[in-house]
Amino acid sequence: MSVRYLSCGDTAFTVEFGNEISPGINGRVMALHAAINLAREAGEISGVVETVPTMRSLMVTYDPLATTRADLQPKVDALRARGLPVDAVSRHVTVPCCYDDPEFAPDLAEVAERAKKTPEQVIAAHLASPFKVYVLGFMPGLAYVAGLDPSLFLPRRSQPRVRVPRSSVAIAMDMTTIYPFESPGGWHLIGRTPLWMFDKRREQPVFLSPGDSLAFERIDRKRFDRIAGEVEAGTFDWSSLVKSQ
Amino acid sequence: MSAGLKVVRAGLFDTLQDFGRTGFMALGMPTAGAMDRVGLSLANALAGNPANTAGLEIGVMGPDLLVEADSVRVAVVGPLSPALIEGPDAAPRPLDSDRSHLLKRGQILRVGMIDGSSTAYLAVAGGFDLPAFMGSLSTYSRAGIGGFDGRKLAAGDLLPLAKSSAPAGNERRLAQPFDYGSGPLRVVWGPQDDYFSDEGRRTFIGSEYRVSKEADRMGIRFEGPTIGHAKSVDQGGADIISDGIAPGAIQVPGAGLPIVLLADRQTVGGYPKIATVASVDLPRLGRLLPGQTVRFAAITVEEAEALRRDQEARLQRAIAGFVVARPPGGIDLVRLYEENLIDGIVYE
Repeated sequence: MSVRYLSCGDTAFTVEFGNEISPGINGRVMALHAAINLAREAGEISGVVETVPTMRSLMVTYDPLATTRADLQPKVDALRARGLPVDAVSRHVTVPCCYDDPEFAPDLAEVAERAKKTPEQVIAAHLASPFKVYVLGFMPGLAYVAGLDPSLFLPRRSQPRVRVPRSSVAIAMDMTTIYPFESPGGWHLIGRTPLWMFDKRREQPVFLSPGDSLAFERIDRKRFDRIAGEVEAGTFDWSSLVKSQ
Repeated sequence: MSAGLKVVRAGLFDTLQDFGRTGFMALGMPTAGAMDRVGLSLANALAGNPANTAGLEIGVMGPDLLVEADSVRVAVVGPLSPALIEGPDAAPRPLDSDRSHLLKRGQILRVGMIDGSSTAYLAVAGGFDLPAFMGSLSTYSRAGIGGFDGRKLAAGDLLPLAKSSAPAGNERRLAQPFDYGSGPLRVVWGPQDDYFSDEGRRTFIGSEYRVSKEADRMGIRFEGPTIGHAKSVDQGGADIISDGIAPGAIQVPGAGLPIVLLADRQTVGGYPKIATVASVDLPRLGRLLPGQTVRFAAITVEEAEALRRDQEARLQRAIAGFVVARPPGGIDLVRLYEENLIDGIVYE
């Protein structure tokens, strides 16, 4: 399949791998994202400012005073042709989620009805979904996480909520997400995590990264409150949720 | 006592900005940063700072700042009308822009309105003593991060200074105003110019667009002729699978009016982008005011890169060509003029 290089002015270009959402295309995006960053660390490529992966494309931003498009694009294309770097590390993260409190899961009953399942079956399908973080955007730390069990696919709510609480766990279309801030939102709220997806006090303020594989772990309200207290106090051990693979 | 500038009256939208928070767009983090990179660079150079030092970006109307330090050197770049230095034991005198000024404890800097631009910059010698967040002091107020407490300045804030007194040295000024250029804003087609009809592209290039009231650090919404999309609504129309947004990207949602995305833009978006403003003209965009009109002209990537290199060379020449605003033992014409206006008699 052909790759297209799209101009984004004189400070960026986009490498477009396709015009659809698929794990194969996103895998190639993430491979180039990793390859460019490894090449930068190794000093093999210069002038790149950063790379921005999405579902189907990678934007490469550059300093036009340090390089040119004519110089940089062939180097990026050579990295693309080389394929997946063998030493690219991916992470597996676990996100605790409380589905039981009606305050946390106001849309669970409606999702169950529309999916012709019981609420317990909806929770089980969400827990069993092989999730992967495809892209972060829209607001800092907001992750679009694909891999939702197809039996739970639903369009967004016709009437978006004006106020979705921070750390709400939601589904829509073929994805799940976790709201990093209180914000408006049109996804179906089926649970809440005690974690903050964006915490400016942490050295790495954003918890999830593109390419992470992700699974939810069911917790009860008591455990939710305990973890929430630790997160609020800044004493929570986040590393216990992350495994490199 | 620690040195600082106290905000005795807040302006409209004053935030600390440097060249932006790069390296975290993949995590959804907007870059933020100065809307007018040239203005910040000149202010920093006049204050004797490295170009990327965080300065105060003044939006539309600036603050009143009380000097709570032995002395501080400030430089203001941008059209002010009029700014004043007051007290405590001297008559108010005008504060010219495009030069540095030495201020003493108890003096108040009244920045006032900016005239003919939406942004101006105030740099202090040595910079502000505030912690960087993710490598940058740029304020991104929507997430409450960077700068001073992650927000625009408010009355009562004390901006801590890194130096308690101004370094010795002459005051300097720009020999002549920096030429930001005129004529159409230069753009490069893409990344999604193929989402627009031939007629839509001709409309975009051939028409005048007016800056609407919806203009801020995130972007500018223009008013003018609507730009036609190439695809019908059921073929995707004005929707794409979200991709990255570069500074100056011009997205055109279904209604057909262009929106140029600036420093506080989101990292990715799902509207097609017909063209991207060349980086040489981003500082002009950062200075536009509601009601002003613009036209767009298409150039190639190579031309845009060359224009940017030329602008950077002109900027470096302007900095190398700073003149002393008050030569030692000589006559300070600026001061002479200022004090003549106030006192009627000059004793120097």
